[in-house]
Amino acid sequence: MTFFKAVNVTKTYANHLALDRVSIDVPENSIFGLLGPNGAGKTSLIRIINQITAPDGGNLLIKGKKLGPEHISRIGYLPEERGLYKKMKVGEQALYLAQLKGVDKHTARKKLHHLFKKFDIDNWWNRKVEELSKGMQQKVQFIVTIIHEPDFLIFDEPFSGFDPINVNLLKEEILQLRDKGATIIFSTHNMASVEELCDHIALINASKKILEGKVVDIKNKYRTHTFQLELENLKKPLEQLFPEGFNLLSYETNAFERIQVQTQLREGIESNELIRILLPHADLISFHEVFPSMNDIFIQQVQKGNPENNKRLSL
Amino acid sequence: MSKTFLILKREYLTRVRKKSFIIMTFLGPVLLASLMIVPIWLASLSDIGERNIAVLDETGWFAGKFESGDNLKFTLVHGTLEDEKNEILKGAYDALLYIPKPELNIPVNAEFFSQRQITMNMRSYARNIMKTEVENRKLMASGIDPEVIKSSKTNINIIAIRMSDDGAETKSYTEIEVGLGIFSGVLIYFFIFLFGSQVMRGVIEEKTSRIIEVIVSSVKPFQLMMGKITGVALVGLTQFLLWVVLTGLLYFVFVTIYGPDKLASSAEVLSPAGSMMQEQANNSAIANQANVTEVFDIIRSINFEVMIFAFLFYFLGGYLLYASLFAAIGSAVDNEADTQQFMLPVSAPLILGIIASNFIVNNPDGPVAFWLSVIPLTSPITMMVRIPFGVPFWELAVSMVTLIAGFIFTTWLAAKIYRTGILMYGKKNSYRELWKWMYYK
Repeated sequence: MTFFKAVNVTKTYANHLALDRVSIDVPENSIFGLLGPNGAGKTSLIRIINQITAPDGGNLLIKGKKLGPEHISRIGYLPEERGLYKKMKVGEQALYLAQLKGVDKHTARKKLHHLFKKFDIDNWWNRKVEELSKGMQQKVQFIVTIIHEPDFLIFDEPFSGFDPINVNLLKEEILQLRDKGATIIFSTHNMASVEELCDHIALINASKKILEGKVVDIKNKYRTHTFQLELENLKKPLEQLFPEGFNLLSYETNAFERIQVQTQLREGIESNELIRILLPHADLISFHEVFPSMNDIFIQQVQKGNPENNKRLSL
Repeated sequence: MSKTFLILKREYLTRVRKKSFIIMTFLGPVLLASLMIVPIWLASLSDIGERNIAVLDETGWFAGKFESGDNLKFTLVHGTLEDEKNEILKGAYDALLYIPKPELNIPVNAEFFSQRQITMNMRSYARNIMKTEVENRKLMASGIDPEVIKSSKTNINIIAIRMSDDGAETKSYTEIEVGLGIFSGVLIYFFIFLFGSQVMRGVIEEKTSRIIEVIVSSVKPFQLMMGKITGVALVGLTQFLLWVVLTGLLYFVFVTIYGPDKLASSAEVLSPAGSMMQEQANNSAIANQANVTEVFDIIRSINFEVMIFAFLFYFLGGYLLYASLFAAIGSAVDNEADTQQFMLPVSAPLILGIIASNFIVNNPDGPVAFWLSVIPLTSPITMMVRIPFGVPFWELAVSMVTLIAGFIFTTWLAAKIYRTGILMYGKKNSYRELWKWMYYK
């Protein structure tokens, strides 16, 4: 079921078109990756969702209702450009930001102490922010983003500034939030974390949405019918093993003296066919399909959209 | 609790709790009170202790003319100049007044010798005595009795009385009005700049610390701006109130310890004609009585309710008008060093107001005064300068209405620049850029 929907959202700054009829569909209770190169329009879209700026055209709906001021307290936003008042005490500041989101002081204090303990920063409550390390400031920032228990969360590059241990802590927290029922928009350049966390993605390039869907579906759509196999005890030279329709992409001998092969099957040819051909001539150790990584799809799609970039890369 | 109020509370509390605020709060009154007290104190200090003055009069004109007072004791000496100088070095006297034999029979020169500083008081006292004596002798030589001249001297006292439309008459004291007008104008100027730039720095701080986007995802930029502006306004009012109370307290404590009589007498020492006035006042208790009633008249002539109300209104109105512009400037830059190009046009009208107040006190009802007190950019200063002189009610009403309209307009204008500016980083913005922001949705 759709939780959030943007329809033909357009935004212009002076002479610059930041968003060109962008539509996205964020399913309820999922993690939605908003991807795109720098300057593509992601932040513009996120700011519009947070009602920081208004779109020039298009509609935004939360559960079928037009996005309005009443939704602000239900959204938690962690911007890419984030910070805290340096001279303010950590606890006081967290309380203040929680109250701005509409949580009353008493409840906020209780919840904050709970979360501060969970993130192991409770003894920093009375310290000034400027005394904290960057990572700890990020933790405080994350806590104030989720303190009002929003059902719609928007994270813009949430992992920047964290060490690997805290990245894991944060990932688990994000997954837990989803499992508890939150819908999450997740904007990042880190494709590995997209594969790990996202259920759906949308790719925005040069103000336009160029791709949207389930991560699985997209991977399926861009599969190249490439398979990776490991062979041993070859009875024939490798080149002769692969007949018409089986495109031998690469091969190498790995650490176990086995030959690792990547091959692309022509459309319409079943993978079973390949196994049938190979089995009499070699021992098949492993066999699996190679899906394109989100990274590959991202680069490929973005370059397709920008012929300029393509030219530059091929030089 | 409304979000604007939450912001206001934070802005107010963080500022009031700052060390600099507390220091300023206590230092301000000390400075202000010392402005009033120190000159009086210093003047009285310089006269503490007797001075023995030897008078070596080669003319013989002034024997018995130098009368010894509380602080100055005169002794006539008859030695040579060299001998008497040596006496001073030995410490027999504090100073030597040497009146040499004149070349043209009239003594017009004299010399003071001393190891210590010769005070203004000593010099003017000696000059007065000599002047009177020489003048008297000249008059006598022309056959005129100095007593006749003395009795013919008359003090003319002109009282300015202002008539209002209904014929009611009030005494007006121009000097007091000029002082009061300039003082309140400068105070407004100072407050607008001080607290306006606090707003600006607050906005820049939010931008550079990158907290701004976190906050505007919870509240509207306009709420944030207004919360900040009103919070700082309250800080200003708190500071002002504390200053008034503490200054009064300090002055009161000083007066009680030091004694009001001494203050009054030393105040008279301050003015060059002080001794003369004192003389006159001592001559008749009636004159003294008149002085006291005049002081009360002066105090009564100041319409304190109007002054305080006008001050609060024009401080708040002027502050609100400029603070929103300061907020807009803060939003358009990345750091304080970049504010210069935008500060000039904003501060120019304020400076104009201060400069113009020098002319306005000379003609407080003229066309320049009228227009500057109706234009909201200058009216807070100009109107405050004019109010002690009395301003027709309709002009006050027009000025107040335009000021309110003015700050609504600048707030609206500033809000448009502000909400775009706070999210812009790493760009030096021109006026053209700001103009474009006005049209963003």
